[in-house]
Amino acid sequence: MSIITDVIQSTKAIIQGMGVTLSYIPKRKWTVQYPEEPVTMQPRYRGQHLLHVDELGKEKCVACFLCAAACPSECIYIIAKDDPRLPADRIGVDERYAEVYNIDYGRCIFCGYCVEACPKDAITHGYNFELSVYNRADLLKTKTDLLITTQVQSKNYRVAFSDEDVDSEYKEI
Amino acid sequence: MDIGHWTLDMVSSVNIPPQFEVVDRPLDTQMTISMGPQHPSTHGVLRLELVLDGEMVVKATPDIGYLHTGMEKLFEYKKYQQGIVITDRMDYLNPLGNNLAYVMAVEKLLELEIPERAQTIRVLTCELQRIASHLVWLGTHALDIGAMSVFFYCFREREKILNLIEAASGGRLTPSYFRIGGLMMDLPAGFERRVQQFQDGFLKAVDEFHTLLTGNRIFQKRTQGVGYISAEDAIDWGLSGPCLRGSGVNLDIRRANPYTGYEKYDFEVPTESDCDVWARYMVRMREMKESHKIVTQALSRLRPGPVKADAPKVVLPDREAMKTHMDALIHHFLIVAEGFDVPAGEVYHPIEASKGELGVYVKSDGGPKPSRVHFRGPSFVNLSALPHMAQACMVADIVAIIGSLDIVLGEIDR
Repeated sequence: MSIITDVIQSTKAIIQGMGVTLSYIPKRKWTVQYPEEPVTMQPRYRGQHLLHVDELGKEKCVACFLCAAACPSECIYIIAKDDPRLPADRIGVDERYAEVYNIDYGRCIFCGYCVEACPKDAITHGYNFELSVYNRADLLKTKTDLLITTQVQSKNYRVAFSDEDVDSEYKEI
Repeated sequence: MDIGHWTLDMVSSVNIPPQFEVVDRPLDTQMTISMGPQHPSTHGVLRLELVLDGEMVVKATPDIGYLHTGMEKLFEYKKYQQGIVITDRMDYLNPLGNNLAYVMAVEKLLELEIPERAQTIRVLTCELQRIASHLVWLGTHALDIGAMSVFFYCFREREKILNLIEAASGGRLTPSYFRIGGLMMDLPAGFERRVQQFQDGFLKAVDEFHTLLTGNRIFQKRTQGVGYISAEDAIDWGLSGPCLRGSGVNLDIRRANPYTGYEKYDFEVPTESDCDVWARYMVRMREMKESHKIVTQALSRLRPGPVKADAPKVVLPDREAMKTHMDALIHHFLIVAEGFDVPAGEVYHPIEASKGELGVYVKSDGGPKPSRVHFRGPSFVNLSALPHMAQACMVADIVAIIGSLDIVLGEIDR
């Protein structure tokens, strides 16, 4: 192949490539301008854990240690406490509750095994995903950080619960 | 032509055909340089020790171990079901393939029967993951060679697949979707429709990649005739997957030793006989279309049914049954807290991962934890052929060759 054909074909390749690139300029952008725009999460997304309460505000956790047993990275630490008071005065739904419930996010791998293991639906994965901290000790989250009543939710996500939400990712002009 | 003291015996020993021979004249100085472990083109923390003569490579020696985490040893301290999450982190571009290889090996020991729907979903998600893995390969391979925009278009398509996997399992990079005896849970509502949406746009995207690269003279010049490995040598080095098929050997575990019902799917095994980087590129490009075909067939095969095997001592019961039935609750507690006993024995199960043959060897001594788990990682074996492929090439070709091997260091170092 002569050098002239080589040059012509190389130029042709660049023009074809630029054609594809230029054809994308008028189209909808796929990039999400995080954090100005919220990112879309799927409903099953596994983010920071939430400890749930029932309709009366009682903690659902009965400190059965099943989540800690299921955890592959051994990041859950629980101290159980008996609560022999009347149901109205109790902290949890039952006579036993978790006095301390810590999750070490330096170890957690977000596999969802604790959620699968929980027989009381007391722990689920929430959607908080911005978990970086400046101090390593801050990765240890206590019950206050995890309880659904006290956990601070990030404004940088939205959950795609409905079909329109899901489809909005796929619309192209 | 005087080719000096270094190429003469090497060229004769590897039997390179004439069109691949080096025509440049080497200098008489040798220099040893270290490429990586922070070099972006080594795809992770791979270090190459290059002995250069001018701009020609005399010898390339891969140096691995920078990402060693002792994962295989970790299996011995985890229950069988906890091992699934470790497999995610080996080949992190194809986590569902790793999940599949591991759970199928344990299922082989347990002699479990997996329901039809679970098998179809496994095929469906694994093929989507294969496409995603090939898209990362294509983007980074093109980026290494100098084509920047392909990378963005590849990641756009990959994002759609990751959204699908996130919708099904909750994880994007580490889904852990498969369980021993079935799946974590059934597909979400509307999943088939969303996969179909992805499928409709994907072939157009592949055509775009072809426009950007395949017809591109610059890309052709950088890849054709580079990284030669003959079919005999490829077999001798134990290559597998697209690297082997790029040397003209028609071997695909999905066809040769079908698992999860791959024998029921109609697909081609693409092979190319050029034995170079270009051939491996073409094999993967064609494989993406084949995977697209398999996903279409799997979608049409999805029938309602259970996604977990009928084995109450191994598989976690349904949430509703666990809350209402005492025996289900007891099984739930026992499986989670103590694990399940797997019959003593050893088993090897290979699958065709996106990078080649991924084999899992599991040895059980009857307890709830494996006695030994070993992975035959395709990236590790494929990388071992790099010194052979890199003989008599230029230093810029090394980048193209590493890209064409499609290695993931998480799997090499384990």
